[in-house]
Amino acid sequence: MAGIIGKKVGMTSVFSTDGKNIPCTIIQAGPCVVTQIKSEEKDGYEAIQIGFDERKEKNTSKALMGHFKKAKTSPKRKLVEFDSFDKDLNLGDEITVELFEEGEYIDAVGTSKGKGFQGVVKRHNFSGVGDATHGQHNRLRAPGSIGAASYPARVFKGMKMAGRMGNDRVKVNNLQVLKVLTDKNIIVVKGSVPGAKGSYVILEK
Amino acid sequence: MDIIREISNEINEIKDWPSFKAGDTVIVDYKIKEGDKERIQSFQGVVLQRRNSGASETFTVRKISGGIAVERIFPVNTPFIDSIKVTKHGNVRRARIFYLRGLRGKSARIKEKKYFGAKK
Repeated sequence: MAGIIGKKVGMTSVFSTDGKNIPCTIIQAGPCVVTQIKSEEKDGYEAIQIGFDERKEKNTSKALMGHFKKAKTSPKRKLVEFDSFDKDLNLGDEITVELFEEGEYIDAVGTSKGKGFQGVVKRHNFSGVGDATHGQHNRLRAPGSIGAASYPARVFKGMKMAGRMGNDRVKVNNLQVLKVLTDKNIIVVKGSVPGAKGSYVILEK
Repeated sequence: MDIIREISNEINEIKDWPSFKAGDTVIVDYKIKEGDKERIQSFQGVVLQRRNSGASETFTVRKISGGIAVERIFPVNTPFIDSIKVTKHGNVRRARIFYLRGLRGKSARIKEKKYFGAKK
């Protein structure tokens, strides 16, 4: 699977030729640099590691500096592995948005926006208590029963309850590429992409 | 924000219509697709407002058709608009003239803007 790392810029809309107003996401992707080539003999599996986004030298550890020095590039903030690219790549090679073509379908991986501590209605789409009358009071968004009593005498693992929501790795499949602007390193995909503006997005072919 | 605007202007065709604003009377020729055929429908009325900017800008046109008021919202940059003609520049004091909805008959008229002499 080939891919590229980018940053979410934001959303806008585009008019298609048949006049529909299509929501789309702008992603600034690449240029990425090949920082490591992993091989079966040395690492036990094949992969290509690429880096994206400049990082200050003073904020980079010496160990990482050595890693980037091997690839003869400046230090990068985000490193991601992909298992294969169509063409043979060497250390220090550049990967740009030219990887993608207009009209093809790609996947996007991002970190969803953190929602904080949320109840079950928002977090697990529970419906809450539908009635305001019939004796119901102060339990409008409560989860209800979480299990039986003396047998099993415990709550099963993985029970859907309130808790921290968001800030997860989320993948969206089959987003259509609407536009590739190679001179600006911009790719426009149809629909939304998980994460806040400015967050990293991994685009996979 | 600036990158979003720049890109959205780049990927959308920004139409070059004559300038018009709230209070103006316009004729919008709108392309309508019926099966394979395409025909043009005109919509004439007073512009109530223009909203948003750049590629997503829209405008609202209000007309009285057979005693019933009809309002229609058009995206400025939609490929379906064939032409926009400005027939009258209205003299109004605000950018959104929703007060027109509450008015009937003679009081719902808008004074035409008069230009005294050409600009040098």
